[in-house]
Amino acid sequence: MEANVVEMPVEQKAVCMSRPSRFAPRLQERAIERLLQLAAFASVAITFGIVGVLAYESVLFFQEVSIADFLTDRQWTPLFADAHYGILPLVSGTLVTTLVALLVAIPMGSLIAIYLSEYASRKVRECVKPALELLSAVPTVVYGYFALLFVTPALQHIWPGLPGFNMLSAGLVIGFMIVPYVSSVSEDAMRAVPTYLREGAFALGATRMQTALRVVFPSALSGITAAYVLGVSRAIGETMVVAIAAGMQPTLTLNPLEPAATMTAYIVQVSLGDVPHGSVGYRTIFATGLMLLSMTLLFNIAGHVLKKRYRQVY
Amino acid sequence: MTPIQRKIARHKSLDRFFAFEGLTVMIVALLVLLALVGQLMFDGLTRLSWQFLTSFPSRFPAQAGIVSAWVGTILVMLVTALAAIPLGVGAAIYLEEYAPNNWATELIEINIANLAGVPSIVYGLMALGLLVYQFHLGQSFLTAGLTLGMLILPMVIIATREAIRSVPPYVREAAYALGATKWQTVRDHVVPYSMGSILTGMILALSRAVGETAPLITVGALSFIAFLPHPPWQEAFPFVSFEWLFDPFTVMPIQMFNWVSRPQEEFHVNAAAAGLILLAMTLAMNAVAIVIRARFRKRIHW
Amino acid sequence: MKTMDASQTVLKAEARALNFFYGQAQALHAVSLPVYDRCVTALIGPSGCGKTTYLRCLNRMHDLYPGNRYEGEVMLYPDRVNIVGPEVDPIEVRMRIGMVFQKPNPFPKSIYENVAYGLRIRNLSNKRDLDAVVERALREAALWGEVKDRLQASAMNLSGGQQQRLCIARALATSPELLLFDEPTSALDPTATSRIEELVAELKQKVAIVMVTHNMQQAARISDYTAFMYEGRVVEYDRTETIFTNPSVKLTEDYITGRFG
Repeated sequence: MEANVVEMPVEQKAVCMSRPSRFAPRLQERAIERLLQLAAFASVAITFGIVGVLAYESVLFFQEVSIADFLTDRQWTPLFADAHYGILPLVSGTLVTTLVALLVAIPMGSLIAIYLSEYASRKVRECVKPALELLSAVPTVVYGYFALLFVTPALQHIWPGLPGFNMLSAGLVIGFMIVPYVSSVSEDAMRAVPTYLREGAFALGATRMQTALRVVFPSALSGITAAYVLGVSRAIGETMVVAIAAGMQPTLTLNPLEPAATMTAYIVQVSLGDVPHGSVGYRTIFATGLMLLSMTLLFNIAGHVLKKRYRQVY
Repeated sequence: MTPIQRKIARHKSLDRFFAFEGLTVMIVALLVLLALVGQLMFDGLTRLSWQFLTSFPSRFPAQAGIVSAWVGTILVMLVTALAAIPLGVGAAIYLEEYAPNNWATELIEINIANLAGVPSIVYGLMALGLLVYQFHLGQSFLTAGLTLGMLILPMVIIATREAIRSVPPYVREAAYALGATKWQTVRDHVVPYSMGSILTGMILALSRAVGETAPLITVGALSFIAFLPHPPWQEAFPFVSFEWLFDPFTVMPIQMFNWVSRPQEEFHVNAAAAGLILLAMTLAMNAVAIVIRARFRKRIHW
Repeated sequence: MKTMDASQTVLKAEARALNFFYGQAQALHAVSLPVYDRCVTALIGPSGCGKTTYLRCLNRMHDLYPGNRYEGEVMLYPDRVNIVGPEVDPIEVRMRIGMVFQKPNPFPKSIYENVAYGLRIRNLSNKRDLDAVVERALREAALWGEVKDRLQASAMNLSGGQQQRLCIARALATSPELLLFDEPTSALDPTATSRIEELVAELKQKVAIVMVTHNMQQAARISDYTAFMYEGRVVEYDRTETIFTNPSVKLTEDYITGRFG
């Protein structure tokens, strides 16, 4: 067989395949890649911008206010003649509204997720999911209106003494607002649990509820944790609902029936006024923002750790 | 009944109860949505009129309107879209198709995930410190649009990446096997085939931006603007004008917030009417997104 | 079987001691294989034996994914270029060597655009020229009669067999020097399979063909040369009739008689 082989007569040695005509396109390819890379790094620049601005203004702030006062003083009256710079009242306001919101969103979101993932037919799921998603599409300022002018009056029928501004109705409304975040991410996590795990439970005679609660839910816990963390971040950072319905008065209280300002509401309040640029009053909002960001970050990291711990490999 | 039958019966009724509970909770959530829309309609529907749409804000609630607000919303969205979409789609393409597997890529990925969790008001603070006072863009449409653009950038990136990822690798290989370059493959195949989901993601992100209030308050939106910005066109060459970019701005949710936080009930009626229009805007965008998704899904199915 | 004169056994490509690595894992061990012009070379062997890996070396598909590495050389004739050489642009290689995949993978565009795409990226945009080449390619792929009245219809609405022939037309439109087939009929029904096989027999009049197949009857039916691969090595390479009637290695005989694989 080998004897048969005739190579083509090739006088030319190795011919370079890259002809000059290909050079320009190559250059264009490289330029485009650089451009796209630049776009990707823009997001990093935004992070630097956020951290940079908050850190810069906060450093200036803490040159005039001691960190110890900031973290331990029980009063927040930066715009008064007798200025106090204790962040605790704002933190407590944020924590109370967040807690109320989570008390609504986590049970509701989880139950809806279980129902949609384990009980509902495809048809129901396809109708309900977009409808639920609309809940999160409603602008937050509309929710604020709803909290102030629907939920609070409704609650005042139950507690006649409830003030017009209160953390309870703000928290409740935020809770409803974040239900779709919790439910849709949890549902995705539960639907990712492979069917054979469910079948194992059914084969042992478990009901759907038992399967859902004892097999599916624990297996999906990693993803469900992510859903809860998402909900917490949303609740902490929510601004308009609390600014409209919870009042603007910084009060150190854990009672949701009282009015109190959150960190976000305070930032709004200052932004609406005319605090001069560069004053301590102006810098308080950056210090508050830094606190807010740190808290969100903290919850996210905690969530990440939990998520890793619960991760299951099917 | 034998004990085991009794046990099964009990389990079954528990199961039914649990299903019932799930259904109830779901209905409650949907009822809240209904109540919210109902309340807005009840309060605001009568206030909707041509006069309301074409009037400037006023001290007198019955004469006030939202023309500066909705014009403002449209212009701010224009800037937002022009800022976020090219950047976001570009970043997504880079991450999905080009990025090498190294620490820089990982940094970008982690960064995007974290940015998506940053409260929106923090973007406002950043824009205030950077765009308003560092870059001297003023409390303008440009600042507002860029602020919201940065806010929705992670959303745009995440949605686009998901869309691009749904294009199966064998389609890319088909293009490469014909001798296409990476950019040709992306431009002629990957992006066109995922266009439906990309568009859907863009619209959803913009609908989120339409309702954003807090960051715009922070950068200094005005709630009382009794004039329209400079028109984006002019008589003389080149016929487009960018003067409006530096005009003071307001938007729909700011206007609504302003009215809702006033004590007089007549202003609350205005707030409800503005809320209805705002809601209609966001819901319409969501509806368009759903239609586009369905349309494209029918055309391309892998 | 087939009569072969000297002009038919012109060397088109030749792997010489080709090693290939997916990251750390070596997938090909010193593969040396000739590919003759105007012949069908079949690659057979159990799954995971490296036949597809080798095929994808020939048009540098592995370059699309990070961490892959070639050693040794694959010479392409007549200009004697080492197509796996690092200095050679994989896009140039793919411009000359076409490929048809296991699963029909038309673009979700019109039939016409599918065939024309390869030409468009070669900067051919004249409508008349494009029309002519599209028709020629579709005829060569035995699809013209079925689609000539609906060239603007979506390729996704064709049957599986038609889609695969469209993919062949798409590859043929750019007049490749070497055409690679990666189990082109494994996703098709028997009727569609036999049409593709007839087509391959037709096409080898014009172009060198390398075809991976898991179907030994197919290899026996349509190939001129057959390489049996096992665990990343070429166990035996010869004329197809020799491999199937008188293999010299025990392993080959075991495989083709169905004792394993």
